[in-house]
Amino acid sequence: MTIQFNDETFRDDYTFHNSDWAIRRFPFPFHEDSYMYSVNMEQHRGGPAGSVYEKRFDVDEHYVSEMKDRAIVLAEDPLRCQSLPHMTLAGWDLLELIMVSKSEDYPDLFELHRDGNDWRWINRPLGIDDRFTFLDEATLPYGPMEYITRQTQGDFAVLDQRDENLWMDAGMVTTQADWSLDFDIGMNFFEWHAPVPLAHEMGIFKRALKFLLNVQQGNPARRLNWTMTVNPLLDTSPENYHKWGIQKTTLTPENIGSKQHLRVELQTFFRLPRSNALVFPIRCYMIALQDVVTVPKWGRRLHRVLRDVPVELATYKGFIGNRPLIVDYLSQFDDGLPTSDGIWPDLDTEPPLRKG
Amino acid sequence: MSAGTEKIDVTVTDIVKLNDLVTRFKFERSDGGQLPTFSGGAHTVVEMQDDGITRLNPYSLMSDPMDQSAYTISVRRDDEGRGGSLFMHNRVKTGDRMVISYPVNLFSLDLRARKHLMIAGGIGITPFLAQIKQLDRLSGRFELHYACRSAALGSYVDELTANHPNAVHVYYDDQKQAIDLQRLLTGQPLGTHVYVCGPKGMIEWVRKTSAALGWPEEAVHYEEFLAPQSGKPFQVRLAKSGITVDVGEHESLLEAIERAGIDAPYLCRGGACGQCETDVIESDGTFVHRDHWLEDEDRASGCKIMPCVSRFEGRTLVLDR
Amino acid sequence: MSTFRFPPSITSRPVYGTLAPRPGKAHLMIADAEGAEALLDLAAADPELFANAHVIFIPKGTGDRFTEPLKAANPSILHVGPSYAASVPRIRRVLSDAHMGLQVYLAGTEGLMGQAMNEATAAGIPHSAIQTEHRGSVARRMQCVHCKGITEDVMTDPFVCAHCGLTLFVRDHYSRRHAAFQGVCIDAEDPGNIPDPVELYS
Repeated sequence: MTIQFNDETFRDDYTFHNSDWAIRRFPFPFHEDSYMYSVNMEQHRGGPAGSVYEKRFDVDEHYVSEMKDRAIVLAEDPLRCQSLPHMTLAGWDLLELIMVSKSEDYPDLFELHRDGNDWRWINRPLGIDDRFTFLDEATLPYGPMEYITRQTQGDFAVLDQRDENLWMDAGMVTTQADWSLDFDIGMNFFEWHAPVPLAHEMGIFKRALKFLLNVQQGNPARRLNWTMTVNPLLDTSPENYHKWGIQKTTLTPENIGSKQHLRVELQTFFRLPRSNALVFPIRCYMIALQDVVTVPKWGRRLHRVLRDVPVELATYKGFIGNRPLIVDYLSQFDDGLPTSDGIWPDLDTEPPLRKG
Repeated sequence: MSAGTEKIDVTVTDIVKLNDLVTRFKFERSDGGQLPTFSGGAHTVVEMQDDGITRLNPYSLMSDPMDQSAYTISVRRDDEGRGGSLFMHNRVKTGDRMVISYPVNLFSLDLRARKHLMIAGGIGITPFLAQIKQLDRLSGRFELHYACRSAALGSYVDELTANHPNAVHVYYDDQKQAIDLQRLLTGQPLGTHVYVCGPKGMIEWVRKTSAALGWPEEAVHYEEFLAPQSGKPFQVRLAKSGITVDVGEHESLLEAIERAGIDAPYLCRGGACGQCETDVIESDGTFVHRDHWLEDEDRASGCKIMPCVSRFEGRTLVLDR
Repeated sequence: MSTFRFPPSITSRPVYGTLAPRPGKAHLMIADAEGAEALLDLAAADPELFANAHVIFIPKGTGDRFTEPLKAANPSILHVGPSYAASVPRIRRVLSDAHMGLQVYLAGTEGLMGQAMNEATAAGIPHSAIQTEHRGSVARRMQCVHCKGITEDVMTDPFVCAHCGLTLFVRDHYSRRHAAFQGVCIDAEDPGNIPDPVELYS
């Protein structure tokens, strides 16, 4: 299919919106009516046609506008993209992975022509047609990681593997759930996850690290993570928290359906061949509560999950203050009927909302 | 998922006997496509169909990591071993189809290093051949110290000294030449990482000497593939699968589990990576631990075993597999 | 006694140990204020270690009384500097032609140890191979996550960023690269509602 790219904003007037297509394919993160941390990894080998799992790097209707938003963030704060000196090779690995994947998965949007190390890259949606020499930084306008991630949705953490650990030594981070690349760069897996409550005690990170250290070439993995965001603000950074934090206090029963968003990260993990580094793309999808509840199963389930999630988690994810309002709103869409297993909308099989 | 690695169908396109002990094999994709690039130090696991026994042996990739047209490995003949190297030497012919794994790297360069100091013994030279080609491209600074038994058995010495006359130093045992390790390690600038691949004794020597000189262990890298060793046959009960398997004299516990049709995890098959770690549910006998992975307390507890290289002698062994 | 037992915290927060002699041909020791006590303990444990030690000491107001005892411990080189900043060129020079096997010992305040560790890791020593021992003040070096400015010797939570003026709360999240803890705006969701500052670990 040809994608119609939205002209929309993720700040100020917030014209971001999801089409019916985008709502149906939203990566709803809860496979049952409750949520607790787990090492919920699976192989990243495609998925149902049209789903966000289908391609290695999903491109959707928000692509062009998200890339404009990224450029705005980087102009205001270039520290959102950093690469320690030994990570340049991993940057080339990433550039190759994305160019090859996108040109194979979306041939109508992207083309890659290679003649030895002389490469030509065509990105139609962004109007780019560049020739460069692979592995020669002097032939690109930015470093290889920055060049390609200015053209790819989602944040990117590029992790060096050594001493039985993963080290966040490079990244492009402008659509994050409130963490700072500039602060966390250089940390190991346990250190950059240090602020996450409960999971350390549960041994989650030890098991996750063991899994990730063994992600091999040609065998990528994925998982979903989630949080809540008021307004479709992509850049919920700690750097700008003193500016956007106040928006969390603007919810009312009248505006909550359109203002409060469920924010989901599709996290994938690829071994990079030349550098033996691991890339960790973190793709952010947002959906307004009023759009979530158009899928009856999701409305029922989201109400139950958010109502029951432990206080520590609601605090860490930053919605403890708004939880009563959110749960009140969602309760209208929960008629108590059971829900089917799994994350898919199941629109044909799940009953419509019973009006009480 | 076993191994966590993808497989590649390849054809043997060249076999070169380098000397009395070592033979080089070249693999190209059977479908004519390109092979994945890799990082220096990576290995591939070669599957051998040896009269009904499937052997899976890891070999370091020694070709240029950026060259996607072919992979090469070098195999040292081990007349005392269980037969993997003998199969490669005696049975594999040019034109044969084989299956190899995607590259896996458990011995990668630390790319932060100011200088890479490489110490090789015998066939331990192979991972360094790929790493040196990688460093060449990246203009990385390295120095290789390579000990071999004799000039006749010095695989790749000519190529190395011709291409890198100032960075390669060769030592022949039969000429009583030896690496002056103490002196070598004392003079290295801060930021140097040392890498050693060779016989067990050489690895221990480098690790002990560097530790005594105050080198941080994070700057000392080593790779030793342990070949599984033969031993007395024993029986193992696999609790999850509900079957009992006999482990033969010349097969490893992991191979016996695989032969029984159980999909068990593995990566290096050499006791180093930890991937095949298996919980012991019950045992009455003695473990013969040969891996580099388990901690002393794991061994003392009798609750864990690495089936790729370790064995068991006794009456009862029940594994959580 | 100048030691303080830090309560358990999150995994990014540094944990300090007790300096112990390690094998090595050369030893670099950097301390500020009461950190000198840790070096003197080390000298007492192994007097020979000091024969090959280059000691850099910044008394920082409260440590002048340790200068003479350090001299008496007879290090190979003793340098007493007026501030950490003034000692940085010297530290870089020492590291620039050091060899593998150099042992680094850091003692004193968190700010001193963090910054000196940065110099040593930049020179190629893994951070986990550098010994540290906390002594003296529990003041923290804080980075403002908003303006990126560093405020030294922070003693209270919250505190005012010395650069942008925002009132920040003190997190335990720590960056080795910045040698600083993270400070985050405390009243972003309720402007003007700023609690009274409380002394750290009081």
